Amino acid sequence: MTALVRIRHLTRVFDVSKPWLNRVIERLPKALLTAVSDVTFDIPERQVYALVGESGSGKSTIGKMVVGLLPPSDGDVEIEGVNLASEADKARVAETRSHIQMIFQDPYASLNPRWRVRDIVAEPVAAQGGETNGLAERLLEQVGLSAADAGKYPHEFSGGQRQRICIARALASEPRLIVCDEPTSALDVSVQAQVLNLMSDLQEKLGLTYLFITHDLAVVQHMADRIGVLYLGRLVEEAAAEELFARPRHPYTQMLFDAAPRMDAFGREVDPPKGEIPDPINPPTGCAFHPRCPIAVDRCLEERPELRAVGPARVACHLADA
Amino acid sequence: MADRVQGISSRLREGTAHKPAAPDGGTDKPVLSLRDLVVEIPTRYGVLRPVDGVSYDISAGEILGVVGESGAGKSMAGNAVIGLLDPPARIASGQVRLNGESIESLPRSEMRRLRGKQIGMVFQDPLTSLNPLLPIGEQLAETIQEHLPVTRREARARALAGLEEVGIPGAADRLDSYPHEFSGGMRQRVVIALALCAEPCMLIADEPTTALDVSVQAQIIALLKRLCRERGMAVMLVTHDMGVIAEAADRVAVMYAGRLAEIGPVADVLTAPRHPYTYGLMGSTPLAARGQRRLNQIPGAMPRLGHMPEGCAFHPRCPKAAPACSQSVPQPVVMGDGHLAACHFPMTVEPQEAAQ
Ligand SMILES: Nc1ncnc2c1ncn2[C@@H]1O[C@H](COP(=O)(O)OP(=O)(O)OP(=O)(O)O)[C@@H](O)[C@H]1O
Ligand SMILES: Nc1ncnc2c1ncn2[C@@H]1O[C@H](COP(=O)(O)OP(=O)(O)OP(=O)(O)O)[C@@H](O)[C@H]1O
Ligand code: SF4
Ligand code: SF4
Ligand SMILES: [Mg+2]
Ligand SMILES: [Mg+2]
Repeated sequence: MTALVRIRHLTRVFDVSKPWLNRVIERLPKALLTAVSDVTFDIPERQVYALVGESGSGKSTIGKMVVGLLPPSDGDVEIEGVNLASEADKARVAETRSHIQMIFQDPYASLNPRWRVRDIVAEPVAAQGGETNGLAERLLEQVGLSAADAGKYPHEFSGGQRQRICIARALASEPRLIVCDEPTSALDVSVQAQVLNLMSDLQEKLGLTYLFITHDLAVVQHMADRIGVLYLGRLVEEAAAEELFARPRHPYTQMLFDAAPRMDAFGREVDPPKGEIPDPINPPTGCAFHPRCPIAVDRCLEERPELRAVGPARVACHLADA
Repeated sequence: MADRVQGISSRLREGTAHKPAAPDGGTDKPVLSLRDLVVEIPTRYGVLRPVDGVSYDISAGEILGVVGESGAGKSMAGNAVIGLLDPPARIASGQVRLNGESIESLPRSEMRRLRGKQIGMVFQDPLTSLNPLLPIGEQLAETIQEHLPVTRREARARALAGLEEVGIPGAADRLDSYPHEFSGGMRQRVVIALALCAEPCMLIADEPTTALDVSVQAQIIALLKRLCRERGMAVMLVTHDMGVIAEAADRVAVMYAGRLAEIGPVADVLTAPRHPYTYGLMGSTPLAARGQRRLNQIPGAMPRLGHMPEGCAFHPRCPKAAPACSQSVPQPVVMGDGHLAACHFPMTVEPQEAAQ
């Protein structure tokens, strides 16, 4: 299986210091937040790669770096063999970029309320100076809306319909990769089912590859071929979806699976996980999960576990074994 | 067809005959009891009814989960109970009884006293319930003194006990901290402490964990379950997360377009739903489609307020719809022990089939 996307040592640091003057007066040091740290994985062509993890784990930051909305501090994103940061041939970079689109969580915020749906949907093509005649109408029908909707404004649509409009817009430039950042998190389950089905159908029909970002494990289990689990900006486990659900090897993955509420677990008394995600500006030493890890040993406080092959998975834990 | 119609009318009779008593199988002396609650919003285009004839009971020590699509009227019903409807929305008819006493038409000042003292509230965004300018110890002590005849010192002591009860680590040192100094999960714990500090008999929690991570959500849900049990509180838990409902609720009420579609013991409703909407809702979850490439979906969308179809509001989307469905509004009919569904042609699924 060829990789459409190769991500190598991807890192992003944000400067979250107070303004310079405050720092001088209050004698504060510079504050750096490492949102994504040394993340390496491949997204195979025509597959769904899911990134999961709790709030602040770096999912969206990775997504934005993949589509080029945010420059990496370090590391590389290579798409169709083109390194977007270092490739000298600008035409090739532009060509590759046009093969990547992004869908966001909030279908309300990501649609310009003053534009007609026709112009919103055709925008990615119009921006490239391409032919847009009848394009929006065709795409709207492809996502289950009607051609007549092209003349309407976003406020005339429900949440699920607006997400369809976002998908239609993402399809306009005939992308090969779509980064979907929590595409159904704002939607009800019944609407979510409609949107996820649409995404699966389109993937099959158009041969799309998805980088699917979500914290909903039930959705991940349904959609993903491969899964990467993030904790505080690092990949802590990666495996094929079936493998991961059958045998989560990292204590954090196990904790996530245990804590997720289950529709078939009536009155289940969970022993809830300890603690919360630590402050990313001052992450714990060694393994960042150690303050919450039920099996931590002394070594975990000092030495950070590298992501290494464990059976068919990759796991960053000193104690993981196949 | 003829015998089907016969079937409807006999069920309808059964439904109406059953109604005045405890319509949802709650105990004789519920803490909260809604009867035919109607909330209306007068607008230029006519009167909207976000809540349209809802009846249910919640008993002491019981968690009633309230689910339904966005806009189904879940929050409106909860806000009506605590007298927090934003004008021009108002209770147009029906009753809200707290420990047997009608509270739906209490004057504002009385209602304010009742809130906090007898009914605690927790919302999705903890910051809406907290004053950003006051240390949390102050806020708790103030609320306690407002509702209970205690001294300042005792109020402080109770505030501390409250924070300890909801699991704030190092509570004694955190009394003087401000809301922004806490994480989202800890803030929600503070709000729960605040909601419970005057020892109310009823708690309304509207999407209390929707903004939280799964690990913190699990902590908060475990906390709510424990407090409900230990204090014998009646809890209304509004959420759209079926997993949370399954794990936390004793009974569940499913709302659709302002009306109660189905209510009953949580395992019965989730595994053997009788209302086609509940059936479709359960079926559209990823769990129900395990091993299938596509999820099952309900066609269409919930009608907008002001565009409600005649008869059963679900009929344009319902696979079982028949002419009778667009003619009359189905009334709740007993399906089993404490299990009611408002449908002319309820599902006859075998138990288990739906959720597998
Ligand atoms: N522009 C920014 N400036 C400073 N810090 C940022 C910025 N963007 C993200 N961060 C921080 O980087 C970390 C990772 O954020 P990111 O949005 O990628 O997380 P996420 O996994 O998508 O979380 P969520 O589930 O909440 O969307 C967080 O600690 C966040 O506060
Ligand atoms: N001031 C208002 N004017 C007109 N309609 C309103 C007003 N406030 C609320 N509504 C409508 O009332 C209906 C019920 O809203 P409610 O907030 O109770 O829904 P909900 O079930 O809690 O949904 P959610 O899951 O999104 O919180 C919705 O259709 C909403 O749009
Ligand atoms: S390395 Fe240690 S602390 Fe980290 S997950 Fe493994 S056992 Fe736990
Ligand atoms: S009353 Fe008719 S339309 Fe409504 S849910 Fe029942 S069968 Fe469907
Ligand atoms: Mg994000
Ligand atoms: Mg609501």
